[in-house]
Amino acid sequence: MASVGKIARRTFLIGTAAIAGGLAVGAYAYRRPPENPLVARADDGEAVFNPYLTIAPDETITIFVPRAEMGQGVSTTLAALVAEELDVSLEKVVVEHGPASEAYANIAMLEDGLPFPTYDESTMATIARSGVGIAGKFLALHVTGGSSSTVDAFEKMRQAGATAREALKQAAATRWGVQPTELETDAGSVRNPATGETLSYGVLAADAVEAPVSRDIPLRAPENWKLLGKSQPRTDMRAKVTGAPIFGVDVALPDMLHATVRINPHFGGGVLSLDTEAARQMRGVHSIIEIDHRLGRGFAVIADNTWRAFMAADAVVVEWEKPNSTLDDAAVSELLAAAVGTGSRDVMRDDGDTDIIFADHARDRIIEAEYHVPYLAHAAMEPMNATARFADGRLDLWLPNQAPNLIQAVAAAALDIPTADCTVNTTSLGGGFGRRAEPDVAVYAALIARETGGRPVKLIWTREEDIAHDYYRPAATGRLRAALGADGLPEALDVVVAAPPIFSPMASRFYPSISLPGPDKSIVDGAFNQPYAIANYRVAGVKTDIPVPVGIWRSVGNSINGFFHECFMDELAAASGIDPLEYRLKLMAPYPVATALLEKVADMSDWRSEPAEGRARGLAFTLSFGTWVAEVVEIARDDRGIRVENVWCAADPGIVLDPGIFEAQMMSGIVFGLSAALGQEITLSEGRVQQSNFHDFDALRIDRCPAIHVEILQNAPRMGGAGEPSTPPVAAALGNAIFALTGERLRRMPFAHDVTFV
Amino acid sequence: MELTVNGERHSLDIEGDMPLLWVLRDELGIMGPKFGCGIGACGACTVLIDGVPERSCALPVQYVEGAVTTIDGLSGDGVLTAVQEAWIAEQVAQCGYCQAGQIMSATALLASNPAPSDADIDEAMSGNLCRCGTYPRIRAAVKRAASTQSARS
Repeated sequence: MASVGKIARRTFLIGTAAIAGGLAVGAYAYRRPPENPLVARADDGEAVFNPYLTIAPDETITIFVPRAEMGQGVSTTLAALVAEELDVSLEKVVVEHGPASEAYANIAMLEDGLPFPTYDESTMATIARSGVGIAGKFLALHVTGGSSSTVDAFEKMRQAGATAREALKQAAATRWGVQPTELETDAGSVRNPATGETLSYGVLAADAVEAPVSRDIPLRAPENWKLLGKSQPRTDMRAKVTGAPIFGVDVALPDMLHATVRINPHFGGGVLSLDTEAARQMRGVHSIIEIDHRLGRGFAVIADNTWRAFMAADAVVVEWEKPNSTLDDAAVSELLAAAVGTGSRDVMRDDGDTDIIFADHARDRIIEAEYHVPYLAHAAMEPMNATARFADGRLDLWLPNQAPNLIQAVAAAALDIPTADCTVNTTSLGGGFGRRAEPDVAVYAALIARETGGRPVKLIWTREEDIAHDYYRPAATGRLRAALGADGLPEALDVVVAAPPIFSPMASRFYPSISLPGPDKSIVDGAFNQPYAIANYRVAGVKTDIPVPVGIWRSVGNSINGFFHECFMDELAAASGIDPLEYRLKLMAPYPVATALLEKVADMSDWRSEPAEGRARGLAFTLSFGTWVAEVVEIARDDRGIRVENVWCAADPGIVLDPGIFEAQMMSGIVFGLSAALGQEITLSEGRVQQSNFHDFDALRIDRCPAIHVEILQNAPRMGGAGEPSTPPVAAALGNAIFALTGERLRRMPFAHDVTFV
Repeated sequence: MELTVNGERHSLDIEGDMPLLWVLRDELGIMGPKFGCGIGACGACTVLIDGVPERSCALPVQYVEGAVTTIDGLSGDGVLTAVQEAWIAEQVAQCGYCQAGQIMSATALLASNPAPSDADIDEAMSGNLCRCGTYPRIRAAVKRAASTQSARS
């Protein structure tokens, strides 16, 4: 496999953390078990079993999910992990977000951040993965991301349910004077089959939490599952079809004020002058304050109504500092072009000897291409918001977020109070896609709450603020070349990708003193770790500094490299005159998980039949977040333009816990990827973003949404994620379909530059 | 100023140019309609005014003539409408933020067109953005609601 040894000896970039450097960001002793955050907040009489479960005397069973519900279904699937072992139905449980706590550290996310491909089962990879478990407990990142929620929870939350079940049986056994092994559990009760007696969990709970129970209870085998592996009705569905006030923007507290912010849209710029005279006279305005924080500088308007705050903000006369005034799209392209050509390369895969092959190869058998993607905004439906109350030296926050204990630390620091004096309550998220792992909105809300004399204040951004102040999916340029052998297959493949690094600036937003050295895996994710057997295979990333804030955007680097790698693979197949499906089947022959998916998606899309006149199909494959995905896009042309009609998706996450929700996530990721491929683009001028709202940064709407067909296979040896893996291949599959239809190879997103979509 | 929302009459001392959305959310505490864009481009704020879908975020309250219905008023007695039931049956919502607006648009569509074609659905619903990409299930749910409504009537 790739020579990961030399990478491993340097620094592992794992999500937002470097392990080898021995970062002490979470100063927690590994051996010390984290405190159970539910103990302090339990009601009288409520029995706290573990960080995932409480049972009250009135039979209320509450399951606390450690990940943020942002549409991906964790409030159903993670709750089902506990419920499966506890023998309760999902309709009978209340599901809540766990409070910010190191007890909810996400270990699986860090594992996937290692520089080892999913299919790498080498000793090195195995050792590194087990090492992450230890480091993960040090770091204690309570974070939702990396499609890791089910993977991380799979053992822990079933164990939480099983341990509680055995404790409840023990409590009942003591009362009845029998052995717990003689007892059964069902529908929230313990039953003695010999006598027919039952005791409900609510009655037993207080005794059960005191009962001695083995920590090593065998988990139920999949063939015995009642909930897992079957589609469950979502626990949040009724609230979401009745308009229930579950989101951050819906937070309502007594005596609450409303606020909005305007941060300098010129990245890194400050405030030169601020005239608030007229704005302060407007109806309902409480006060106007300057915001001066390392994350952003501008002002906030506090008022008695959100719209009045918006209007007063418009009336403030502000002069912004304008750093980076020459930064525009041409400058970005030049920086990326220079970097991809001559920048310092971090080689993340280096099989064989690529240079020797190219040196000796016939020029006319070398294929070269350059690809480019633009910056992208997340544009979650719910604009950024946070509610804060600062009273008696304590800060309470309510916000839709993906990183509670990181946000807690940064917000507390902004007010110069101990982290322990800040609480973070996670509401439902109106979309996240990575944006809500950032601390900026919580910091601003905290700074505003300092000015309201203890009154709570709800900060809501305008959509314009949201688009102007994202942490964008990076722009990137890829240069790919291949040396084709006599059989048409690549003897050597050489990939160089230049893009801004994501993880080092992101880490420094949380911990300003930290800089992460070493390569940034996101730059080559989706290119260096794909299951293609090519003897001489090199993939390198070039970290390119551009003064635009970037962050994690659904599927992160895979959203870039899925496009680069898979369109280029299609170019190679075309140059060799080989069908793109057969080409991949040959190159992926050592990976039966991949070839089974290729055959599956070929069957689903009737790939081997000739498409009708005016129609064409494109194929792409990406392995990301542990899930293997093959997709075919079918397009049709009429006199108005090109229409995306069908997407077939075959995905293999190893084990699927809820097929209905998994299917929904595949559809969701496909629509997200198509939105970007068809038309999305963040452009720059004078050091700021030019787009402002959905009229100029739109997304796919129902009238252009294709029919989407999903099939799930479960051959992969390890469990993969659901939230992101369907996004990376879809742009490539569309680009390949357009080539098949028109003969034109599109190497720059969005495709709307070159194609009219209808 | 007088405003009727979900059958209830309200007297309000507010600026006439305040968009209906903020009157509903910040003055009346009716949280079903959501803020998404402020320019009528995403549909998260969709309400019905005398049965017609309107984007409340860009509609000054002084121009509201007629009774306002928000999603909060659809199932006032706890009994869900055929559209809401169809949304549950098809398990449409993901993050759910846009769904109040989607359901209001679908409700208006089916009130005026009990058996919409795919093209009718696309036309009526394309003003409602969904970043989670629930469109395939929205299509299925609208059709399901259409068939249950016609079976009931």
